[in-house]
Amino acid sequence: MAIDWMNFTPWTGLAGGVMIGLAAAAFVLFNGRIAGISGILGGLFRPARGDIAWRVAFLLGLVVAPLVYALVAPLPETRIDAGMTTLVAAGLLVGIGTRYGAGCTSGHGVCGLSRRSPRSLVATASFMLAGFVTVFLVRHVFG
Amino acid sequence: MQIVMALIVGLVFGIGLIVSGMTNPAKVQGFLDLAGNWDPSLAFVMGGAILVGLVAFRVAGKRERSLLGDVMRLPTATQIDRRLVLGGLAFGAGWGLAGYCPGPALASLAVGGAKPLIFAAAMLAGMAIFELLERSVAAAKARSA
Repeated sequence: MAIDWMNFTPWTGLAGGVMIGLAAAAFVLFNGRIAGISGILGGLFRPARGDIAWRVAFLLGLVVAPLVYALVAPLPETRIDAGMTTLVAAGLLVGIGTRYGAGCTSGHGVCGLSRRSPRSLVATASFMLAGFVTVFLVRHVFG
Repeated sequence: MQIVMALIVGLVFGIGLIVSGMTNPAKVQGFLDLAGNWDPSLAFVMGGAILVGLVAFRVAGKRERSLLGDVMRLPTATQIDRRLVLGGLAFGAGWGLAGYCPGPALASLAVGGAKPLIFAAAMLAGMAIFELLERSVAAAKARSA
């Protein structure tokens, strides 16, 4: 292992992380809910009266975030190495996996660990482990 | 009011993802690449978020109702079972393959071109497949009962 000092951004990482934490904090304190993206999105597949508008509003905020950001500053560069086939496979795995495991990086990773939930700790360890192994395979075995 | 709050929270969450660099799949994969040039930034993102979250959830856990008067809907599940681990492993594999998890994918849709759109479409399809499987399992159980 070598640290990638060129790309390591501890300060903007912390600052963005604190913003994410504040958003999750506001959501639980004002709305009494967990800011878990996969759960908010997946819940739309089980539509119930009075349970749709807040989900759509939250997701809309997330989708327009880069447009609002771009009003103030240029958006950071991004790079997506995955090809189309890989993106489809990855999307299916993320869609099924987050619903089956009842959470993703936000619901289990941020909110669950903040709640000190052992269940979320196991979930987070599981997806981190699979992420490490997958990137190892993609970059160092088949790459 | 709850709906306006949800919109604001989604927006701040999304801007936090952009500020932190997490809408860049290459950067996320840089964190997951322990054997290569490792970029620890994602740990700082989660650390910053959890520092705030620890305080907020401690306060929230003591409340009967939210500040807007809602019932607190905190998770009640505590079981650690095969579903949790297998779901986490499948999600992690997809996360590593693309460098996207659900939040950053949605926060990239409007500006990222075709790739985040394709990922998000496949993710929605995966969620729909999950629902169909769950319903057919429930129906089979109801028949055998």
